[in-house]
Amino acid sequence: MMADSGSEEVAVLDNTDLTSTESENNAINTMVERETALLRKIDISVAESEKRTGKNTVNMHETYTVYLIETRPADAGAEGGQPVGDSPWRRYSEFELLRTFLLVTYPYVVIPPLPEKRAEFVWHKLSADNLDPDFVERRRMGLENFLMRIASHSVLSNDKIFYQFLTEEKGWRESVLETGFQDKADSRLKSLSAMFRVKNPDKCFTDLKQYSDELNNAISHLLRVRVKVADRMYGVYKVHGNYGRVFSEWSAIEKEMGDGLQSAGHHMDTHSASVDDILEEEEHYADQLKEYLFYTDALRSVCRKHELMQYELEMAVLDLANKKQQREELTTGAVRVFSLKGMSSKLFGQESPEQRESRLAALQLSIQASEEGVLEKNRECREFMRMSWEDVKRFKEQKDRELREALISYAIMQMSVCKKGIQVWSNAKECFNKM
Amino acid sequence: MSAAMDESAVIPHSHAVVPADISGEMLDLEDDDDLEVFSKTTSQAGGSPVLSSMPNSPGSMVNQYQLEEEGGGVNTRDMFITVDNPESHVTAIETFIVYRVLTRTTRGDFDSSEYEVRRRYQDFLWLKGTLEEAHPTLIIHPLPEKFVMKGMVERFNEDFIETRRRALQHFLSKTAEHPLLSHSQQLKVFLTEQELTAHKKQGPSFLSRMGETVRAVANSVRGLKSRPEEFVAMQEYADDFSNKMASLDKITQRIIKEQKEYLDELRQYGPIYTQWADLETELSEPLRGVAGCVDNCGRETEEQIRHLAEVLEPSLHQYVLCADTLKTVLRRRDNIQAEFEAKNDALTSWSSSKKVDHETSSRTMEPPPGSMRTCETRKHKNSREELKEEAACLEESVKNANRALRGDWSRWEGSMKTDLKSALVSTADKNVEYYEKVTDL
Repeated sequence: MMADSGSEEVAVLDNTDLTSTESENNAINTMVERETALLRKIDISVAESEKRTGKNTVNMHETYTVYLIETRPADAGAEGGQPVGDSPWRRYSEFELLRTFLLVTYPYVVIPPLPEKRAEFVWHKLSADNLDPDFVERRRMGLENFLMRIASHSVLSNDKIFYQFLTEEKGWRESVLETGFQDKADSRLKSLSAMFRVKNPDKCFTDLKQYSDELNNAISHLLRVRVKVADRMYGVYKVHGNYGRVFSEWSAIEKEMGDGLQSAGHHMDTHSASVDDILEEEEHYADQLKEYLFYTDALRSVCRKHELMQYELEMAVLDLANKKQQREELTTGAVRVFSLKGMSSKLFGQESPEQRESRLAALQLSIQASEEGVLEKNRECREFMRMSWEDVKRFKEQKDRELREALISYAIMQMSVCKKGIQVWSNAKECFNKM
Repeated sequence: MSAAMDESAVIPHSHAVVPADISGEMLDLEDDDDLEVFSKTTSQAGGSPVLSSMPNSPGSMVNQYQLEEEGGGVNTRDMFITVDNPESHVTAIETFIVYRVLTRTTRGDFDSSEYEVRRRYQDFLWLKGTLEEAHPTLIIHPLPEKFVMKGMVERFNEDFIETRRRALQHFLSKTAEHPLLSHSQQLKVFLTEQELTAHKKQGPSFLSRMGETVRAVANSVRGLKSRPEEFVAMQEYADDFSNKMASLDKITQRIIKEQKEYLDELRQYGPIYTQWADLETELSEPLRGVAGCVDNCGRETEEQIRHLAEVLEPSLHQYVLCADTLKTVLRRRDNIQAEFEAKNDALTSWSSSKKVDHETSSRTMEPPPGSMRTCETRKHKNSREELKEEAACLEESVKNANRALRGDWSRWEGSMKTDLKSALVSTADKNVEYYEKVTDL
């Protein structure tokens, strides 16, 4: 349940005993600084999840999870009011469809990422199974986060399809497909070739692309090693549990040392068991990092779109230049370069002036169209760059703010781990002293 | 310092034990010939002070104070031994490590107050062997093992040498603290003579050791008639304790291993944050902060590992060896008793009447020793007389052995408790320190 989306305050993390859900809610609140029109009206939550079975496209049985999307009026207070719309159940693939739609429709926006499809960067005690309840729970929170981010974006929140996603049970899929967005999507091939052939991409964008590649590497490396560190830490803690067992057994054969040993053993057991909670909290930190890992993909999309547009502009300019040159050749009759026309005119004789006139006229028209086309493309390109750069700026501010808080939370969490450690070993020491 | 000494009221228990048990055995100490035998074991923790159970012969009381003086008072030690400065010694046949043994003492029976000798591991083995021969039922602190099988540790590896050096020093310190053993002639020789080779020849020979083993086997085959209840309990304890120590030792080694692997990962973790920080502007500062913390964690973990490996683990390991010593000592006591019983059986089968119940009297705590010798008055044959003498001697041995063991056991217990306690406490301290340092970042 979303907490304060009616407020415009930035939550301050000064309470070190925040639970992970509270701090996540705070994080979401801080992102909802600038209130969108949508959020003034409604609260969104991904409330529950359920398992369903059905037949998939190849007519095989499959089990999947669906999530309940609830929207309530924002001013309804603690109990919430009547849900707005149908409260549809959506599965992960529908979220993916929504996102793809947004990617195509708003290519200049850094589109928020979905939580991961399959569990990656998992340390060995956590299950990598998509149907595991912990995974489903974390995914539920991730999906809610996704929707909230869209809802708080100045441009995206106004999208009709998005609103329908939130509120309409039936027919959403058809509506999306009807928009024909799939035709507007740039083909992969086009994007790739643009990437290689573009001559003059804007420096800002090449820098951005490089940054997002490097950030991607850094975060994935970090997540990988964090998993290894977590595994090792788990090992150390768990072996201490053996101390508990042996101390207990040993205390049975001792007279004076018995009590001290027994109590010390209990503390060792406590210490050993504490690691499970610690690592679960760390998962939350990992999830925050993962979101930004996936954000780098969105950044790269924007860069690719720029490259594509730039490339098309360059092609258009080139095309225009070619045509102008042809015109020049026609008017002056000079053949600057070897051409089939030149050859054929040499072979078959010059064409008649009338023919030349008509060709020239056609070419002139073509040139005009091209000139207009170039101007248009130029304008589009510039417009894209302006809008996307604004969104990138917004994104960067968001990223700096949120990651800073994530790092601080991480540090705070480590400190509380240490405090627990101090307590356990001080207690153990007391017990040893009493032996 | 043994805990027993700290707990004593007036007279250190352990010192009082000295004159009692050595009279029959340590014929080479000049001071103690005219001491009477005390009948009560005095070093059970929580037992009444010695004075109340001593037969009040003036001689014994005088000697009591004499020893106290010699001991330098209740809480001070009179002999400080260090083992250090390991050096490689190369000969044509072999290479070995020689340690310097430095002794400082205020004891009267030492000519000088400071001695420095060089000893190798084999010398320590010799010393232990002679001590064991002289006091088969005293608990002697173990030596480090001859050769460690775990891992690929060579004899000349630095860590191995250091661990061994510490253990050797510990061995000598503990032996010097032992009220009986510290007055051993062999120990004195070991600490003071430059050349040991002459003395070594006087030590237990191979053949005599063989003989002991053969007798031991024979006795175990015969079986004991019955072992006194207290020793049964000790045996059980020794077995359990041995298991527990071995477990703890293994666990500690495992923790060290896991910590090392944790440290390896930490070392990779930190730099990633730094690399990331290089990409960022606003985030650079917090990222570097985290990197710094992780590095700090790594350093402290290293400290932790070092402490575990150098303090806790060796302590536990020593007591694993101690547990083995306990079992050996109990076995020897059993052997002595078995021998006595064998002789006794032979004797009883000779005498038809007026059989003194040697068996029962040997198991009680307080018979005046002299009475044994006067019980049997019938003299049938010379050989039987001899047999009787032997029997009586053995009985004496059994009694003394029992007493020695009993006394030593409690003393050892106290010592063990203190040692392990301090090792565990310091481990706990270390951990607290670790967490505190990490929090400080």
